Amino acid sequence: MTVQVLAFYLFASIVVASAVMVILARNPVHSVLWLILAFFNAAGLMVLLGAEFVAMLLVIVYVGAVAVLFLFVVMMLDIDFAELRAGFVSYFPLGGAIALILLVELVLGIAIWQAGEITLAQRVAPTPEDVPNIEAIGQILYSRYIFLFEAAGLILLVAMIGAIVLTHRARGGVRSQDIGKQVRRRPQDAVRNIDQPVGKGVEL
Amino acid sequence: MTEFFQTYLGTGFGWFVANLILILLIALPLMLAVAMIIYADRKIWAAIALRRGPNVVGPFGLLQSFADGLKVFLQETIIPSAANKGLFILAPIITFTVALLAWAVVPFDAGMVLADINVGLLYILAISSLGVYGVVISGWASNSKYPFFSAMRASAQMISYEVSIGFVLISVVLWSGSFNLSTIVETQRGYYGFLNGHGFNPLLFPMAVVFLISSMAETARAPFDLTEAESELVAGYQTEYSSMSFALFWLGEYANVILMCLLNALLFWGGYLPPVDWAPLYYVPGIIWLLVKTFVFFFIFSWVKATVPRFRYDQLMRLGWKVFLPLSLFFVFLVSGFLMLTRYGGGA
Repeated sequence: MTVQVLAFYLFASIVVASAVMVILARNPVHSVLWLILAFFNAAGLMVLLGAEFVAMLLVIVYVGAVAVLFLFVVMMLDIDFAELRAGFVSYFPLGGAIALILLVELVLGIAIWQAGEITLAQRVAPTPEDVPNIEAIGQILYSRYIFLFEAAGLILLVAMIGAIVLTHRARGGVRSQDIGKQVRRRPQDAVRNIDQPVGKGVEL
Repeated sequence: MTEFFQTYLGTGFGWFVANLILILLIALPLMLAVAMIIYADRKIWAAIALRRGPNVVGPFGLLQSFADGLKVFLQETIIPSAANKGLFILAPIITFTVALLAWAVVPFDAGMVLADINVGLLYILAISSLGVYGVVISGWASNSKYPFFSAMRASAQMISYEVSIGFVLISVVLWSGSFNLSTIVETQRGYYGFLNGHGFNPLLFPMAVVFLISSMAETARAPFDLTEAESELVAGYQTEYSSMSFALFWLGEYANVILMCLLNALLFWGGYLPPVDWAPLYYVPGIIWLLVKTFVFFFIFSWVKATVPRFRYDQLMRLGWKVFLPLSLFFVFLVSGFLMLTRYGGGA
């Protein structure tokens, strides 16, 4: 038990510290790397909770894919620190408002938590005791919440199609390759043997 | 072994010592295997090119890798003055550590596994997706053009191929009904009554091929080694590295290659089971079967490296997104449909 407590405080303090570093780091690339560390340690917390499936998904999806793309974009930015600080006053009201909302939500969350635990019987879906949590998630996701799950899938599909439609542009003058056509090409399609008379131009 | 140490050293500390020894029992032979596999790689490549390969240090040149290791160890570590120092040093360490991490869940024989967790395959997927950070961070921290291009290529390439690898793994998981690697191996027994391995299953064989090619792309081996294409990018992300920091990249890269070969053997070709379900073959220890299969895949990797010309970058992307992704998605659909029809109650 003590090991778990130690592990919890280790993970939790690293999560908090790296979250602080995300906003304190001057270099945006460093910020993203601290964010990745925070994700990774949050996955550690999930493992301690016994939610190993969620932990692995957190690492695969956030650390393995989302953060890589994030890093990809941030690495290519040309950062001018003076310009970044210039807008501080104009951004302050909006930033302050968001911070206030988050603070209120945190206080509410803690208040609800203080009000007492939700007992197992009152939960919409009691956690099954003896199955691994991949199976537990599967059982509830594909039975009770199947329509919500499929709706989420549909929304993502629409978003994906939207993103493709918005970013796709048919550019003229691009010689795009058709691999099938290249493979089908035979020497007689491209090469011509002619008996060229001396002093005359080649007919193309 | 855990019980043995726990009787002498107490529950907690005994567990710690036993696991530490087990970790060393995996990591040290792995390092030795990496040294030998580098030698094997060079020998196979040389044989295909009708050269001799390393043949000076030790009998048949067997000690070549150790000589190389000693050489890089004695070199000076150079950190470019324009580099981002902390990240520059961190990058090879990440690559090396991540390459070792995934081995925790590999079953070498029935029950011979360090951490028999029920999300083993997801764990491997998670860890292998971390591998790209070493490359990306080194490319950015070097503060140099070619390593940066290499980092860009690496991140795009890893994401493209991880998607199809994910679908391939899902079709295996569907068939085996588990994410646990030991269970996945055990469910490969007895195809047609005598063959062991999902690869013999007509629905999973195309996935085995996709996985083999994707694992080459995932480990950035030739013909997909766009990240270190020497004719375009000097040495890619390793350009600015020297001495031990370079050696860590090198070791990590080959440890990843061995891991991918091993995964090919584990997921599709029966892992530690003999290929044919015939009693005398079971007298050979499972670990021998696994290592032989792994080496066969490594031979295929080397063979491909020596014979197939490097892909162009857009061809690489096309193969990942336009060929493997639809194909693996289609097979996930086929496999799950087949299983609904036969195993899980007549498609009800």
